[in-house]
Amino acid sequence: METLLAFVIGGLVAVSIYLLMRRDLVRKVIGVVILSNAINLLIFTVGRVTQGASPLIPSADKVPPEGIANPLSQALILTAIVIGFGMLSFALVLLYRTQQSTGTVDAEAFVDEGPDPST
Amino acid sequence: MDSHTLLLLPLLIPFVVAVATLALRTRPGLQKALNLIGMTGILAASIALLVRIGNEGIQATGLGGWPAPFGIMMVADHLSVIMLIVSALIGVAVAIYAIPNVDAQRVGFGFYPFMNLLMVGINGAFLTGDLFNLYVWFEVMLISSFVLIVLGNTDEQLAGGIKYVVINLVSSLFFLAGVGMIYGLTGTLNMAELAMALPQVEQEGLVTVVAMLFLVSFGIKAALFPLFFWLPASYHTPPAAVSAFFAGLLTKVGVYALIRVFTLLFTQDVGFTHGLLLWAAGLTMVSGVLAAAIQTDFRKILSFHIISQIGYMIMGLALFTPLALIGAVFYIVHHIIVKANLFLVSGAANQLQGTFSLKKLKGLYAAHPLMAVLFVIPAFSLAGFPPLSGFWAKLILAKAGLEAGAYWIVAVAMAVGLFTMYSMSKVWVNAFLPGTDEDVDAGRTPTAVRVMYLSIGALAAATIFISVFAGPVYEMAEQSADELMNSSAYIEAVTGHEESVADSATRVDLDGRAGGVHAQ
Repeated sequence: METLLAFVIGGLVAVSIYLLMRRDLVRKVIGVVILSNAINLLIFTVGRVTQGASPLIPSADKVPPEGIANPLSQALILTAIVIGFGMLSFALVLLYRTQQSTGTVDAEAFVDEGPDPST
Repeated sequence: MDSHTLLLLPLLIPFVVAVATLALRTRPGLQKALNLIGMTGILAASIALLVRIGNEGIQATGLGGWPAPFGIMMVADHLSVIMLIVSALIGVAVAIYAIPNVDAQRVGFGFYPFMNLLMVGINGAFLTGDLFNLYVWFEVMLISSFVLIVLGNTDEQLAGGIKYVVINLVSSLFFLAGVGMIYGLTGTLNMAELAMALPQVEQEGLVTVVAMLFLVSFGIKAALFPLFFWLPASYHTPPAAVSAFFAGLLTKVGVYALIRVFTLLFTQDVGFTHGLLLWAAGLTMVSGVLAAAIQTDFRKILSFHIISQIGYMIMGLALFTPLALIGAVFYIVHHIIVKANLFLVSGAANQLQGTFSLKKLKGLYAAHPLMAVLFVIPAFSLAGFPPLSGFWAKLILAKAGLEAGAYWIVAVAMAVGLFTMYSMSKVWVNAFLPGTDEDVDAGRTPTAVRVMYLSIGALAAATIFISVFAGPVYEMAEQSADELMNSSAYIEAVTGHEESVADSATRVDLDGRAGGVHAQ
């Protein structure tokens, strides 16, 4: 299972890098989305993929019973998903606003020409 | 006041101010006052924290009362607190400066709440003792800085903002990948626990891979060679108050994170990791200063100089001797104040003559001699003229470099200092010297600019203070370098026990093996 997930993560990262290299800013943002999902999957995988019970502590005990699934990596991913969602919304609004005011989402249009050489 | 509250005050104050200013959307006057009071409060709390750790050593507290390694720890050692104090100082200066500099429209759209949220993120990053928590603070900082950099919606800001946003999103994802992998290797994210667990990890190659992920991620944030191109593309677009705040603090949070992880966590393969850092430092210095030499926009020149100065700080980290780390910390303190101040000066010049272009600025010296004086102090300090703060910072680093036998980096650092002088004289010659009172409308200095002088003057005074009292500042930097080189005090403060008796069984056992993670 880990091996399969590793290949899936690798594939997703490759796809996202390809998209990040594109000039079209919308594709770049989609690349960021895919990369963020690939990394969430990475955290999930390194937290060890096990078929454990829910990490619930019986009210009489102070420590969880044996054989539970690792809850920490899931908590990390949840946090990362929420943050990623916020960032994505901002990026999309920014793209929309930029498209409205400059009329383009081509990265080439935003290249800085540098200082005027006629000094 | 107990240490728990004192440690959290630098986070609570800006958070409360952010919420309050958000509620007072329609009352800009109150927002400005609250912001200034809040920033002053953070400064006071940070100084109190410095006194506390001076008396009682490194302070640590678990959020929600959970002890390490279960709770998220907030840790204040000398490095953290020095960073807190300097950033609060910039916060106060920018709070004053923003009153005339930031227009009503930007204030209406939430300039002050986001400024304070940014402060929450920065202070959180300085105080946290947990890697994932550091990621969260970085995101708090990023989303606020995203808003601030495009607030106002000019085409220039949007174009700069897009580059800033995309590269920083990618940088955060690299960081997150590193956090995930380090958790997979050790089963903990608490930095003190990691410092104990990482030397026991069997797959040393993977530790270096993780170190490289962190290097790339923090390198983007710190604008390290070759990852700095976003910085000069975006920092010159927002109002001067915002770009001064960013220029002073945001890249330095990246430098702080690099110092933290490359002294506490990744010291297993110093020859490779720190060797790489040294090369990056040299190339950062040179490329930044050469690129600055051809610029003609006041703020773009300053932006490229941020990059070259970052090289000096990383040089201190890369040499990895006590003296070099002292130099790095001293340099950060000096640089944050001086660089923010130069951006503030550029904003004041823009306020007077309506441009940032060196071709159009003229006669500032004849018309506004006070501004000329206030420019010369940080500019000469940046270039490293004795006896200003930049001279001491460069002297310590040069001495550390010679002691470590890294002659080439010292030579590079000295040459870069010369080029810095060239750029600063270019600004002086083009913007300040030409023209007499008749050419430019001298008149009375507008009130807005007088208010700006107040914060510029305060930061210039801080620079002179560091220059004259270089001794005490050096001693503080020395204490932080001591703590960085001997992480046992940090580990003891966080975990509550000595490194030698640390019980690795407290960490989550990822593979179900007995005796902790990867223990032989």
